[in-house]
Amino acid sequence: MNDHDIIRALSTDAHDANDAPRRLLALHDRLAAAAESEGILDVAYRTIDSPVGPLLLAATTAGLVRVAFAVEGHDEVLRALGERVSTRLLHAPGRLDPAARQLDEYFTGGRTQFEIALDWRLSKGFRLAVLRALPTIEYGHTASYGAIATLAENPKAVRAVGSACAANPIPIVVPCHRVVRSDGGMGGYLGGAEAKRTLLELEAAA
Amino acid sequence: MTGKPTFETIVSTHGSRVLRVCRAVVGGVDADDAWADTFLAAMRAYPDLPADANIEAWLVTIAHRKAIDITRRAARRAVPMASPPERIIDAAEPTGARADIVDAVRALPPKQLQAVAYHYLADLPYADVAAIVGSSPAAVRRAAADGIAALRRASSTDIRPNGDPQ
Repeated sequence: MNDHDIIRALSTDAHDANDAPRRLLALHDRLAAAAESEGILDVAYRTIDSPVGPLLLAATTAGLVRVAFAVEGHDEVLRALGERVSTRLLHAPGRLDPAARQLDEYFTGGRTQFEIALDWRLSKGFRLAVLRALPTIEYGHTASYGAIATLAENPKAVRAVGSACAANPIPIVVPCHRVVRSDGGMGGYLGGAEAKRTLLELEAAA
Repeated sequence: MTGKPTFETIVSTHGSRVLRVCRAVVGGVDADDAWADTFLAAMRAYPDLPADANIEAWLVTIAHRKAIDITRRAARRAVPMASPPERIIDAAEPTGARADIVDAVRALPPKQLQAVAYHYLADLPYADVAAIVGSSPAAVRRAAADGIAALRRASSTDIRPNGDPQ
């Protein structure tokens, strides 16, 4: 080899095509575990498959902070979490195990409510009041936007209820899909109308 | 708004390159520890890193310090030997005819090793490498050139059928 070949070999990842990807995955997991035990893993995330498509789950040390549908763009959601919560964010499935298990139970029909800590920091003011009222709508039932406005102690704020639901950072677990139009229409959904229909049908069938 | 990438992005963008640097600087067995120490320290400090910082240079700077720590620890552990072996082939390294060039870098004298690893493997300019190793850009450039020359000589003796150096 001449100098040029040596330099080219140094700057290409020839070796890394072999065992490095697996080794890097193991190192990544080791880093996530060390960061978790040291208390510097501010946001842990993972994705799960579901009947409404892949879901991104993210949790702080306080609790589940974000559930995102694929249509929201998971990369964009992670970038936004980096800006709004913390850039010390890693793929670290362990912290999301309880949420993943309970969502799986929900989708297979056995679970009617979630028992996981929630981190509400992405919501404020009236929107937060709306979202906090949503778990009072029981599994398999629906409520109108107007009824939720009343529950959130601002009966005239029907449209604001709609925008609070559209900005729900923890959909499915915080059941904004159970809020429908008073004329019987399904209303919009941040995960798409099809996802809302799937969730309502799932709950109606159980 | 910080505009900074998430640490997951930092790991996926730079993880492979930093591992190559660690393998060259501390060897295959200790490379995992050096990598893990580097990224854990980096994650600790990441919130305070300016948004416009050169992340690659920052990571290599940390890796350089962690490599020194690991080398010192290894030296304290080591049993003194009358005549140390030329080069220890460790089990974690790829073996056989297509041993990686990173392993050849590992065999260079320290100054050449660092210059080659940080300039060619980590792709940092000589000025950044000089800042990391506490030297001048000109000295680093010379060390890197000497290192490349040594790698060329090694490649022309090592890579022969039946391993007969000529």
